[in-house]
Amino acid sequence: MITLEEVEKLASLSRIALTQEEKEEMRKSMDSILGYIEQVKKVSGQSGFDKKAGSLRNVMREDTNSHESGIYTETLISSAPKREGNYIKVKKIL
Amino acid sequence: MKIDLNTLTIRKVHDALIKGEYSAVDLARSYLSEIEMKNKDLNAYLEVYDDVLEQAISADKRIKNGNATLLTGIPVAVKDNILIKGRRAGSASKILEGYTASYDATVISKLKDAGVVFLGRTNMDEFAMGGSTENSAFGTSKNPHDISRVPGGSSGGSAVAVASNMALVALGSDTGGSIRQPASFCGLVGLKPTYGSVSRHGLMAMASSLDVIGSIAKTVEDAQIIFDCIKGRDPMDSTSIDLETKPSTLSPKPLVVGVPRAFTESEGIDKSVIENFKSSLEILKKQGFEVVDVSLPTIEYSLAVYYIIMPAEASTNLSRFDAVKYGFHKAGKNLLEDYELSRGEGFGKEVRRRIILGTHVLSSGYYDAYYNKAVSAREIIIEDFAKVFKSVDVIATPTTPSPAFKIGEKSDNPLAMYLADIFTVSANIASIPAISVPSGFAEVEGKKLPLGLQFIAPSGGEETLFALSKNFLKK
Repeated sequence: MITLEEVEKLASLSRIALTQEEKEEMRKSMDSILGYIEQVKKVSGQSGFDKKAGSLRNVMREDTNSHESGIYTETLISSAPKREGNYIKVKKIL
Repeated sequence: MKIDLNTLTIRKVHDALIKGEYSAVDLARSYLSEIEMKNKDLNAYLEVYDDVLEQAISADKRIKNGNATLLTGIPVAVKDNILIKGRRAGSASKILEGYTASYDATVISKLKDAGVVFLGRTNMDEFAMGGSTENSAFGTSKNPHDISRVPGGSSGGSAVAVASNMALVALGSDTGGSIRQPASFCGLVGLKPTYGSVSRHGLMAMASSLDVIGSIAKTVEDAQIIFDCIKGRDPMDSTSIDLETKPSTLSPKPLVVGVPRAFTESEGIDKSVIENFKSSLEILKKQGFEVVDVSLPTIEYSLAVYYIIMPAEASTNLSRFDAVKYGFHKAGKNLLEDYELSRGEGFGKEVRRRIILGTHVLSSGYYDAYYNKAVSAREIIIEDFAKVFKSVDVIATPTTPSPAFKIGEKSDNPLAMYLADIFTVSANIASIPAISVPSGFAEVEGKKLPLGLQFIAPSGGEETLFALSKNFLKK
């Protein structure tokens, strides 16, 4: 059972504001989904299961062929809800 | 001039354009007038571009100059999570309010080079999360076969556009079934290619280890032509590959089709689907294919694995929507509140649910119990498929456990909605290609609702899927 406090904590970690009603609804639906995905533990009956590491790996590349500085600045900054010159404007954090 | 859009295919259009029977402008006009007539009721398009005729004029010039490709002048609809430079793109979400794409997705560059005409961007479940388009922030699309029912999703708008002659072909994206399920519900062909065979650059990411762009079309050949145009390794997507497609193996030895019987006849599958699937297998046998039962004991866990890996990756990917860089912004008392209020209001219910679920399965106390287990289980599922593909060429299942459901039927029960993906997710989990082809109809309340048959092949098995599907549809 997932508790309302846990939902609140997760919502805050996810940076998502929820109303009281939405929190309760989230708790209920998460309970049924978590109940379903529990099944994944049954696959662990298979031999060698715990030793299985995922085979997907990150693919990295050298940072080469960089573009001329500033050529995309206007396009990108112009998408921001708030700007000041060539900066994106946000509220102070300190 | 009146063009009969019902029976058009890419090749037919190409021949007609080259012979001058009609122009790309004539064709674009025909589709625009269809859209004018139908889109208000069906809600396939979120936006129809205002330069469609100009694009068609360029295509006509190219045809006249003799350097047309097979796709020059072909009217294409694009899912709203694929970027076209200078045009709006929003994944049917409020959080991308006012966002204009700053670059072309690689698939779009390739289609532009080929000279297609983009008609507009299509409705979808918000950020591709859902199987009905009911999670769109801009209303549900309607199934043209019965407008009280969903078209499937998440690429529902793309499927409706093609099924109702509002586009000849469409792009969709498939993370757990989002191309194949709507194709099945709307009586179309839907291809989910091998993971990595098509670049994801410019596709808004949901679950990066599962997402792939593919085609929705009326015929197998049309789906194939689009795939051939958009595939290929791309330096902008480090997971993309040059697919080594295996040649199709329809002859001389008959293809062996495997059926995971315990799975395809399990509880909760609609009777009409089981009956239709049986008759599809009979057709395959009559056509000379060998149909055998196979055991895929872990396939039924694919959905549980999917609903751990997908939200985990989505919660990470969607952290970029912070109301600072672009899109919807709701101001709070401080920066933290800006984030929380903007994301709380900008994201719809299902997207919020998956982000929070993903945060849960990745949190330190539950990481081992969920995410790590799912990653291991994924490996076992991949091995299970590999074992089965030693003895069969293709695996067949129904595409969906039921025909299209009613609008509103599952919208209050997320788990019931998730179960609609039961047959499709395993191909994403195993990174292998799969196709859905129309296999008949279910009669429900006096309406004929399309059903789909799914073929799954090993990596790079697209050619086999195309050949087998064409053969099956000849029946």
